[in-house]
Amino acid sequence: MARMSVREAISAALREEMYRDERVFIMGEEIGKWGGTYAVTRGFLDEFGEKRVRDTPIAEGVIVGAAIGAAISGLRPVAELMTINFAFLAMDQIVNHAAKMHYMFNGQIRIPLVIRTVGGGGRQLGATHSQTPDVVFAHFPGLKVVAPGTPADAKGLLKAAIRDDDPVFFIEHATLYQVKGEVPEDEDFMVPIGVSDVKRTGTDVTIVSYSKMLQVSLEAADKLAAEGIEAEIVDLRTLRPLDIAPVIASVKKTNRVVVVEEGWRSFGIGAEVSSRVTELAFDYLDAPVRRVAQAEVPLPYNQRLEQLALPQVADVIKAVKDVMYLR
Amino acid sequence: MAELINMPKLGFDMREGKLGEWVKKEGEPVGQGETIALIETDKASIEVPAFRAGVLHKILVPAGDSVPIGVPIAVIGEAGETIDLVALGVTKTAAKPTAAPAPIKAAVEPVARVEAPAVAAVLEGGRLAASPVAMRMAGELGIDLRKVAGSGPAGRIIKRDIEAYLAAQDRAAKEAKAAPAPAVTPPMAIPSYEPTAEGYRVVPLTGMRQTIARRMVESKTTAPHFYITVDVDMAAAMTLRGQLNALLPESDKISVNDFIVKAAAVALKQFPNINASFAGDEIRVHEQVNVGVAVARETGLVVAVVRECDKKPLAQIAVESRELVGRAREGRMKPDDMVGGTFTISNLGMFDVDNFIAIIGPGQTAILAVSTVKQTPVVKDGQLAIGTRMKATISADHRVTDGAEAAKFMQAFKAALEQPLRLVL
Repeated sequence: MARMSVREAISAALREEMYRDERVFIMGEEIGKWGGTYAVTRGFLDEFGEKRVRDTPIAEGVIVGAAIGAAISGLRPVAELMTINFAFLAMDQIVNHAAKMHYMFNGQIRIPLVIRTVGGGGRQLGATHSQTPDVVFAHFPGLKVVAPGTPADAKGLLKAAIRDDDPVFFIEHATLYQVKGEVPEDEDFMVPIGVSDVKRTGTDVTIVSYSKMLQVSLEAADKLAAEGIEAEIVDLRTLRPLDIAPVIASVKKTNRVVVVEEGWRSFGIGAEVSSRVTELAFDYLDAPVRRVAQAEVPLPYNQRLEQLALPQVADVIKAVKDVMYLR
Repeated sequence: MAELINMPKLGFDMREGKLGEWVKKEGEPVGQGETIALIETDKASIEVPAFRAGVLHKILVPAGDSVPIGVPIAVIGEAGETIDLVALGVTKTAAKPTAAPAPIKAAVEPVARVEAPAVAAVLEGGRLAASPVAMRMAGELGIDLRKVAGSGPAGRIIKRDIEAYLAAQDRAAKEAKAAPAPAVTPPMAIPSYEPTAEGYRVVPLTGMRQTIARRMVESKTTAPHFYITVDVDMAAAMTLRGQLNALLPESDKISVNDFIVKAAAVALKQFPNINASFAGDEIRVHEQVNVGVAVARETGLVVAVVRECDKKPLAQIAVESRELVGRAREGRMKPDDMVGGTFTISNLGMFDVDNFIAIIGPGQTAILAVSTVKQTPVVKDGQLAIGTRMKATISADHRVTDGAEAAKFMQAFKAALEQPLRLVL
């Protein structure tokens, strides 16, 4: 085990996989000479050379399109989109090509592609650069969507994504890079895609979350514990395929659910989890499932308004007390 | 496919219903939601809507008969369908009431005494409000949810209520073991008396009279009542009412009682403890201020509940109250009209009464008895003058509140009526 940040964990995963398999290469805007907007690939150009560390034009459709071509031709590209907000420019490549070609060509084609991108608000980047549209990508069958919330999961899931033979959309969070934690150093350490994880055990309420909101939920759970409320926290980690079983097992124990997501409430993760819980554990519910999510406005630039619009620890605590009928 | 229509449960304490009238005849087509029959519960006459469209094939319970809830009362199906009653699970005896209504003086089981007064919420259609896990636990443990008090929003029965109920039963079982056969008279038993005079005729108790008898005895034997009377100067309120009604069409006119309901709601908001329920080991202070208005009918008394009076303007209270009281007088109340009250007003103003005291409705903390608004001599600035006055007497449960608080509540009530402009703001 080594203590490292999410940034270091993602760097380590990329580096290890590039040493392990020479077909793995990275491409994207400013990832080479500049070292990446979030400094994840700093030093990679010197270490691996221009052939495997490729700066691209500012053209997201080209980045993903070229990466799909490389993947079909036998390479294992890790394409970086500077932020998830720019992925909309590559939407056709992502959802109509990467997600569907294996299916539409009768399995003759495999696309072992990883698209790394960065989502989330909280850094005063304005409404167009601060979105958390994870559900948009999780909507499409054919795409695996991963969003880790800890350094160990970031490393393990990225390594699993690179070794996966299907396209994986890997969502990092802009405000998680500094978060530190214990990370296994074993070069074959991987976290399986499509497996949710209980990050904290408790008996009173089930909090379902992932990515940045996992950290917010963990903090809320510590404060709730001081008041004698024990929250169980299920980290989804993968949005597609969604592993709901640990959530259901937890609900059967606690009878109460709060879903915490950073994106907007409407048609969101909370809506999906809530629906599955009523389908699979209706008879175990003691209260309606509560959703904690972003206010339904374009995210404000003003710092205070931005924080007001984003889910906070206090919002999670209030929702937990609501489902427990406490005041 | 033919389906059975069962005697519906139309209130949380309803055990059986009397078929008042068949609105539809055998063989008649029925639309979904159309009224097929009227059921007389112990409180009111309630319409039974068809849960589906079809033809009313067979009536299993004739008008005038009573059957327990859940017993089939009719068969509904497609036109031209052959009905096999046996296949539907109807036995001949099921269609006939097998026993007379249980006498209300029946002994109360010892376990029943520890039950908290049920304040479970009833949803539209008579369903109990309970969380799914509470329903499942009740099913598995054989608990009658009607006996469980709900502590969730609007009285929803939630998991902790089931757990509290089980714990209470546990305690009761242990106490019963420790002190076998306690000689305590069950509080709700109603004694009967041999007539002392010769010659009498027998009037059977209607469901409504049984309910009134049971609830009033329960209240007077469990809730220690105390009473406070105030004299309210109604001159300003009567003048204001006249001015307001001059502007309003006949259908929207505001009654003296509407002023009283609003004034009570204003005072209850200031003294939430009066707007509460005594529940054994705790007091439940209600969030909603739902004022019940006692309505006299030939056969007895019902209470129509005007919801959230603190939040509604006087004019809206007037409109809702008129509609509720109208339905109550016609005996066509909906289950929702009668439940959820947190305070009651009994107004005998129309009978030229000086003053009277009322009995608190079980589950509430107080009832307000208001009398006639009268011209009466009063002393004003050391001089005799003609005043417009009304006596109001609160009966309050001493387990929940005390004299000083109830007196302050009455002060607030009086102040609200004496400065009535505040009621229309």
